[in-house]
Amino acid sequence: MIRLDSVSSGYGGVKILKNISLSFESGSIISIIGKNGCGKTTLLKTASKLIEPYSGDILLNGKSIFNMSGKETARQISYLPQSRDIPNIKVYDLVMHGRFPYLGFPRIPAKHDKIIVKEALGRLGLINYKDKNIMELSGGERQKVYMAMVLAQDTDVVFLDEPTTYLDINHQLEILEIVKYLKKIGKAIIMVIHDLNIALTYSDKVCLMDKGEIVIYDSPQDVYESREIERVFDVRCQEAYIGRGQKQYVFSI
Amino acid sequence: MVFLFILLVILICTSISVGSSNIGIPEIIKCLSGNGELTAEFQIINYVRIPRTVAAIIAGCGLTVAGLILQSLLNNALASPGIIGVNTGAGLFTALSTVFFSSNINLMPIAAFLGAFSVTLLVYFIARKAGLSRMTIVLAGTAVSSLMSAMTDTILILYPDTVIDRTSFLIGGLSGVTMDRIMVPGIIVFVSLIAAHTFSYDLNVLSLGDETGKSLGLNVSTSRFLFIILSSLLSGSVVSFAGLLGFIGLVVPHISRILVGYDNRLLIPVCALLGSSFALFCDILARTLFSPYEVPVGIIMSFLGSPFFIYLLLKQRRRLTDD
Repeated sequence: MIRLDSVSSGYGGVKILKNISLSFESGSIISIIGKNGCGKTTLLKTASKLIEPYSGDILLNGKSIFNMSGKETARQISYLPQSRDIPNIKVYDLVMHGRFPYLGFPRIPAKHDKIIVKEALGRLGLINYKDKNIMELSGGERQKVYMAMVLAQDTDVVFLDEPTTYLDINHQLEILEIVKYLKKIGKAIIMVIHDLNIALTYSDKVCLMDKGEIVIYDSPQDVYESREIERVFDVRCQEAYIGRGQKQYVFSI
Repeated sequence: MVFLFILLVILICTSISVGSSNIGIPEIIKCLSGNGELTAEFQIINYVRIPRTVAAIIAGCGLTVAGLILQSLLNNALASPGIIGVNTGAGLFTALSTVFFSSNINLMPIAAFLGAFSVTLLVYFIARKAGLSRMTIVLAGTAVSSLMSAMTDTILILYPDTVIDRTSFLIGGLSGVTMDRIMVPGIIVFVSLIAAHTFSYDLNVLSLGDETGKSLGLNVSTSRFLFIILSSLLSGSVVSFAGLLGFIGLVVPHISRILVGYDNRLLIPVCALLGSSFALFCDILARTLFSPYEVPVGIIMSFLGSPFFIYLLLKQRRRLTDD
């Protein structure tokens, strides 16, 4: 379990997150939603130690992550940024980078690391892509390769910044299946997501943010019923049943 | 790798053998084994050909690995010590050291390192401030490079009696090098190559970008600083004795990637071998192409490198358009 304790954070002295306290449980999917610029990505970056908070603490299983080395943190927390450079690298090598926090000097992967990488590639159906250069792949395929890297990193907490943005529907659903698999094996997955329907249908908990503060952090049904989404986004939101008790959320102005 | 090593050995033998007076392999072996000390061949081999061959090897591997590091560090195929102004920065500081400390040639590599290091940091911060795009780095480097060149030109015009041969320095040349002059740069290049290879996997992770690198547990700032120092030591050391050799740091890393892929653990030794071979090849051409006249090796490198640079620019532009 990872817990943020009265965390304030931002960039260049400008406070974006204001005194945030919340915790993310293992074996659950948490979606962070909110309007552009409300501090969602800042929350992810702060919780994964990419940004140092101005105040407060972040505790991983009771231990402050600021008392851990970079590698120790990377063995327990992974973070997949929204925008990335496209490196000139083979799929296999990129996924192997997920094992970097476990490699001692001089960074030679052990047999165990190779097995984990092979399993991650197999799990995401990328075995046939392993010798391809990542530059040759489509956006969706690249995202799957990065997800395989996260899988190989094998951390208890996984932060994903907009993992489905710009992907076609097929790849979106594939990525969400991977997220569900991560939950099944006991990880805490915290993702910033713009698609409110995905957030409300795939998550165990939804965290709605506005102007650097948490408006509500609860189950999707409770968040929906609170009508706070409608207030924050200035839209109308309705449930729509699609059969067999399943529902989707429809938004209108 | 074995092929590259054999190629390098062949080029070393050719480099010692050919020139204004050709010397056969039996004579070379005789001279190297310590016989025939009083012969003209011995004098040529010992005081001209061997220093020049060693200088080409140091220059080739130093500039090539410096280029490879910069390309990985900035995730930019167009980066190289010549293109982004690192060489001209080293050149300016070398020229300054020859003006103010003309009696001490060992200060030249140190001054060159300081120049290369300052320019690398400057270009990096300008590009970072303006957004670290590929074109920004090249443009920032070009601007800084022009400024450094103008300052170097001014110094060489105001102080024409410096120990630097102006033409040879600005174009880049290896004629007249002595073992004394390449000893210190050679040691620096050798140690830097070992260090670069030792930390080459970190360079792989660094090329994924800051955030991904950090989230994988890499100390990004320390690693980046280390590689900026290493690339500056490599290019600065070479500039201190060979002048502003262009394009080798751009061309050879690309050819190496075509040969062995993108893993810096393999690329660094391959670049070192191929860079040395390329520099020796260009130097042999420089000595023999217009024999009995000799042209600075930098001219040959520019002849071979410029079309390749244009090709890369077009390829880069196409990629940016495709994205």
